[in-house]
Amino acid sequence: METKRYQYELRLYIAGKTVKSQTALANLNKYCEEYLQGEYKIEVIDLLVKPQLAEGDQIFAVPTLVRKVPEPIRRIIGDLSNEEKVLVGLNIRPVNTKQ
Amino acid sequence: MTKEVKNNKKKSVEIQLKKTLTGITGLDEITRGGLPAGRPTLICGEAGCGKTLMSLEFLVRGILDYNEPGIFMAFEEKSQELALNVASLGFDLEKLQKEKKLKLDYVHIDRSEIEETGEYDLDGLFIRLGYAIDSIGARRVVLDTIENLFSGLSNQAILRAELRRLFHWLKEKGVTAIVTGERGEGTSLTRQGLEEYVSDCVILLDHRVINQISTRRLRIVKYRGSVHGTNEYPFLIDEDGISVLPVTSLKLEKEVSSERISSGIPALDKMLGGHGFFKGGSILVSGTAGTGKTSIAACFTNEACNKGKKCLYFAFEESPRQIIRNMKSINMDLQKHADKGRLEFHASRPTLHGLEQHLVAIHKLIKTFKPDVVVLDPITNLITVGSVSEVKAMLIRLIDFLQEEQITVMFTALSLNTIVSEQTDEGVSSLVDAWLLVRDIEFNGERNRGMYIMKSRGMKHSNQVREFIITDNGIDLVDVYLGPDGILTGSAREAQKLQEKTGEILKNNALNMKDREIDRKRKVLEAKIASLQTEFESAEEELNKIYVEEDLVKMIASENRHEILRRRTDAQPLDNKKEG
Repeated sequence: METKRYQYELRLYIAGKTVKSQTALANLNKYCEEYLQGEYKIEVIDLLVKPQLAEGDQIFAVPTLVRKVPEPIRRIIGDLSNEEKVLVGLNIRPVNTKQ
Repeated sequence: MTKEVKNNKKKSVEIQLKKTLTGITGLDEITRGGLPAGRPTLICGEAGCGKTLMSLEFLVRGILDYNEPGIFMAFEEKSQELALNVASLGFDLEKLQKEKKLKLDYVHIDRSEIEETGEYDLDGLFIRLGYAIDSIGARRVVLDTIENLFSGLSNQAILRAELRRLFHWLKEKGVTAIVTGERGEGTSLTRQGLEEYVSDCVILLDHRVINQISTRRLRIVKYRGSVHGTNEYPFLIDEDGISVLPVTSLKLEKEVSSERISSGIPALDKMLGGHGFFKGGSILVSGTAGTGKTSIAACFTNEACNKGKKCLYFAFEESPRQIIRNMKSINMDLQKHADKGRLEFHASRPTLHGLEQHLVAIHKLIKTFKPDVVVLDPITNLITVGSVSEVKAMLIRLIDFLQEEQITVMFTALSLNTIVSEQTDEGVSSLVDAWLLVRDIEFNGERNRGMYIMKSRGMKHSNQVREFIITDNGIDLVDVYLGPDGILTGSAREAQKLQEKTGEILKNNALNMKDREIDRKRKVLEAKIASLQTEFESAEEELNKIYVEEDLVKMIASENRHEILRRRTDAQPLDNKKEG
């Protein structure tokens, strides 16, 4: 894996390729490309494959997006359909304000 | 009998519904075999009523007693906190976790860290739980205050749907689950209406304070497809975990013994048909203050211990040392028995805890010590922690339990008034098998103790009032004297005794005088007889003399005649020749 430290390290927990998880992943990719270009890393964890990881990050709902870096850890659950909430949740200040 | 019940229980369980034994003392009896196997059970109650503890004990007992591994999913307390909290009960969660028998999983839900956007489900929780279950092969699952999800997540519609799915999923998994929930406002059992989802078994815990004494109670609100105890049962949390008391025995089919047990007072045994009380019976000793109730109880205890029986003494008024010291003064060495382990004292103030808790405590002690004889001294003080009816209910249950265990019990009770016909003894007088009444008899300027047997079921017993005396050598009963002024006790009795003794001496004296008179008369008559006898002898001799003389004369005359005849014949031969 890359040794490079990204400004944002994000983890998306999903449980199988459900509609919700696909939507979440698509949404996440979209926001990151838009606001955090080059500054982020997304790790997708399928809990059906690795159920043992659920406890560590305190996952109880899926999909859950966990912001590992920067601290503190934040969690966003849901399909990330509300852009504003995701940005607030991840504490992302839009790089370029699109007003 | 217990075996029979167990067998019956087993049969009915098999027909109706599979159950999982909880291992919690008493709970299995109320539920007739435990919680529904492979189904979720809801335990609800207010904060601090023991939900977490009960569910955790369910897991730990399952592991230790039935070898069923368990998962504890906590939504409230962290794993370490939990382990610390229950360590005082002797549950070593760390060890169980290391042995892969138990898994604690703390689900941390903090609204400030969580943002919700759009659709989601609780698959994460399912997967996490499923993984935990599979990793140790769990048969039991506890979800401790799952309602915390509602405080962490705002989308109620999703939550409710997911909870419904969760309980279905748990059933499919075939694990026996306990879900805990906080008691809601008003009549609802839980804040979030969890009882709608868990429909098989709902247990309600309650923590009430009455007269400044708190009692925990448990009630099975519903148990689908099974018979269960419907009452509120008190339970106790102590160093061994939870104990529930299903003390109301509905049936009266206890075994009875015709074996007798001595009261320790020979005279009292005599009053009781010569052998004492029935083994496994209940005896009430009631009386006013200072009548020697404790002494009777101690005497009974002492006798039982002397016979090698084990005895448990519950003192609600005096401390063990005090009792031992006091009993030494009447020549009873209870310390000796205590040292040998035959006698155990258990002293507590009635106000220490509620009645039910007392009962639970008594139960536990009896179960561990296994005594032959139990003494409760006195039951009167229990009234301070409950009403008369409550005390009565408690004692009924205690008597039931003791009879089932074939333990002889002696209660002492203080009657507050001296009118005998009034039954002030916490209403247990109708329940007990034998009732001894000790009362003061005030007479002639002193107070004495009188004892009598009010009742003694199934044996011939004396109807006499006996005076009950406590001496340096112990207790004894003496007959009271029935005089023209009523019964005589104490010094009056002594006086009466003395009087009778004087009478006897006088009578003896009179008898002696008569005897001597007769003697004298006999002697006079005998003397007379003797003189007559001699008179008769002399008369006889006189008569005899004449006879002898006559005989002599006769004899001599005949001799003379012969002599003359002979001489004549000698001189005659010439004459004869002349004629011839």
